[in-house]
Amino acid sequence: MADDFIPGLCARVADAAARKAPLAIQGGGSKAFYGGTPEGEPVEVAGYSGIVVYEPKELVLTVRAGTRLETVEAALDAERQMLPFEPPHFAAGATIGGTVACGLSGPRRPYTGAVRDFVLGTRIVNGKGEDLSFGGRVIKNVAGYDVSRLMAGALGTLGIVTEVSFKVLPRPPSELTLAFEYSEAAATQAANRWAGQPLPLSGTAWEQGVLRVRLSGAASAVSAARGKMGGAEVPDAASWWRDLRDHRLPFFVADRPLWRVSVPQTAEAIALPHSQLIEWGGGLRWVSGEVDALSIRSTAERLGGHATLFRGGNRSVDVFQPLQPALLKIHRRLKDAFDPAGILNPRRMYDF
Amino acid sequence: MQTTTRIAPDLPAPALRQALLATLRTVSPQLHVVVDEEGLRPFETDAFISHRETPMLAVLPESEEQVRAVVRACARHGVPVVTRGAGTGISGGAIPRQDGVLLVMSKMRRVVEVDPLLRAAVVEPGVRNLKVSEVAAPHSLFYAPDPSSQLICSIGGNVAENSGGVHCLKYGLTTHNLMAVRAIDADGDILEMGSRALDAAGLDLMALITGSEGNLGVVTRVTVKLTPLPERTETLLAAFGSVRSAAEAVGEIIGAGVIPAALEMMDRVVIEACERFMAMGFPVGAEALLLAEVDGGFEEAGEALAQVRAILERNGASEIRVAVSEVERAGLWRARKGAFAALATILPDFYTIDGTIPRRCLPDVLERIVELAAEYGMTVGNVFHAGDGNIHPCIFYDAMKPGELERSEEFGGRILELCVEVGGTITGEHGVGLEKLKQMCVQFRDPEIAAFHDVKHAFDPRDIMNPGKAVPTLKRCAEWGGTHVRAGQVPRPDIPRF
Repeated sequence: MADDFIPGLCARVADAAARKAPLAIQGGGSKAFYGGTPEGEPVEVAGYSGIVVYEPKELVLTVRAGTRLETVEAALDAERQMLPFEPPHFAAGATIGGTVACGLSGPRRPYTGAVRDFVLGTRIVNGKGEDLSFGGRVIKNVAGYDVSRLMAGALGTLGIVTEVSFKVLPRPPSELTLAFEYSEAAATQAANRWAGQPLPLSGTAWEQGVLRVRLSGAASAVSAARGKMGGAEVPDAASWWRDLRDHRLPFFVADRPLWRVSVPQTAEAIALPHSQLIEWGGGLRWVSGEVDALSIRSTAERLGGHATLFRGGNRSVDVFQPLQPALLKIHRRLKDAFDPAGILNPRRMYDF
Repeated sequence: MQTTTRIAPDLPAPALRQALLATLRTVSPQLHVVVDEEGLRPFETDAFISHRETPMLAVLPESEEQVRAVVRACARHGVPVVTRGAGTGISGGAIPRQDGVLLVMSKMRRVVEVDPLLRAAVVEPGVRNLKVSEVAAPHSLFYAPDPSSQLICSIGGNVAENSGGVHCLKYGLTTHNLMAVRAIDADGDILEMGSRALDAAGLDLMALITGSEGNLGVVTRVTVKLTPLPERTETLLAAFGSVRSAAEAVGEIIGAGVIPAALEMMDRVVIEACERFMAMGFPVGAEALLLAEVDGGFEEAGEALAQVRAILERNGASEIRVAVSEVERAGLWRARKGAFAALATILPDFYTIDGTIPRRCLPDVLERIVELAAEYGMTVGNVFHAGDGNIHPCIFYDAMKPGELERSEEFGGRILELCVEVGGTITGEHGVGLEKLKQMCVQFRDPEIAAFHDVKHAFDPRDIMNPGKAVPTLKRCAEWGGTHVRAGQVPRPDIPRF
């Protein structure tokens, strides 16, 4: 099936384009809640799976979009390597294609980088049914516009991602979590002060007066950092960070709307009636509960960031922060260029 | 969709120039405009010196408002705009056009803000790369990308080229070290891409403009990410009896989980040139030198040093020098940094190639380059970023001898095609500019080239921003012939094809 998948997909898309029939791109369905409600005929990508090339010594991995995230992580783990952006799974079945399309990164993001930082190349089928490859399998590459990074977070609106090449990194041999009893302001201040020093930070999260800090690196570096930073060691913390990454902590109550507020890491505290869980050294603030969309968006904008209705809530309004007119103009033109019939995941991101 | 050029100047050349000048004087009376031939001469080329052109006129804006006024005036008259930073680019991206305006950004060089707690600096595009690290240093921070021209090259140019440097393997390229970019598009609109937060709403337009070689907009303000200065840096230099054993050591270092800050290699031609030039005292017969640098926290760097040293020894390094002082460290780097000056002692001119290959192909590709050198009857030396597979073969020639320049360019083109053949790329960090348009047709197929033009037209529907650079027209690809080699789609890409 692998050999005819892409020609088949191209034909399918070209046919849908001719009919102007919307297509809903589907991987594992683990992030179907994210973005605008999927609409159109489902296009399954999950069947197109498998690792194409993995060269641990090159730090490069090429994988088909339908490959399960857990499969990729297991292959990397066997070589003591990792996807450095610590992608969330949210549910079993999460695929690499969905991971790239949603562009979501986990707790490690402020300290090692985001999905887009580790995408070296993508192969896509655009809205005309053309099979295109951008970027490549090498770490340094400036030939042509960086269309492959553009696919990270594009929610499939510009093309169906079929293959991705990543830069991967060695998995740090040692890991330790420290806890500090800090107010929100003190936690943000401390996390940013530490991030300005050569300390092996790999995650920070504050909730209900407790700041957790994860350190990852050489054993000697982790223990030296622990000496400098103080705090209390949290035993068996790995599962806690996994639950944070996948939103399984008690904070993430299933039936409440969840807002994702992304602001500069040092931004002031946002006063809200609901509790917040703060990751990324202050850069990512999760808000669980009903809030007024306009007011949270204007606060986020004033602070230099943006707010997303991440899960649940009233999804008939804009899920994502509206764009400035000049940026919206470019978005529309790019959509027209990659998907002139407007059939790929329509309205999953904005009103196109 | 695909057009060779959409520029339709509204007047014949001399009248156009007068009309544009009149418009500029009306909309921006304070704007510094250079019109005389004498004044335009320094702007005829960048660091791709084999090509030059005199622009219709040059402007040196001092503010974003002036940039907007220039872009709008050019758009109104259908005149191309070429943007120039410090002019250090070596693929010709900033070479002007006779029928266009050259926008020189050197007067916009204000450091707007340094925010040590956020680890960010906001700078105008004309600020020099090294200046950013200088203003960050009091806070124990630095700006990581360090192209070899960092003393003079500008941040605006770094964004346009997605510049690299010797520390990319660990610290990333320019694209990994930006938080926000503000640019003026071809309509004269301000685009705010990225943000001071860790992401921004919508598509990642910042990824597109980074490395777009002045084709998508004029960068007017850049917010860069600052990185903590390492507590400790260790530098080693090792000599090897063969390029292959040095390359194997590189693979093993990375396979062992060490990400060195730098991992640079030099071949025998370069070693001998350095020896003549600087008398480093390396063992006679060394075929490859490997310069490795590890850094970070005190313990982390110490542990990495021990690991790297053991691997170098195990892989047959004939001599290893570890710098024990800052002076010694500078001494070890001198071989690498002075390599180009040393190479100039071989022949008067050399042409530096810039491709990237999967690292495992290094020994085979270098062998092939030596064979090609014999075929062309030219000498080639190799200094390169071994850690990330970014190779810089230097072809030596004498520009005074007729045909030598052309021959060196043809030879260079063959090397780049070889890079694509093994699954690599025609440019790792220097950009396409005017230099590698032809090889773009080798690396990409027509629908991909067409998609690049579509991306450009989303930002610049009338093709006024640096037209004719970075992406070839489909027509030119057709003229050059069907040399396309699909990277990674050759049968069994895992097997070296030699």
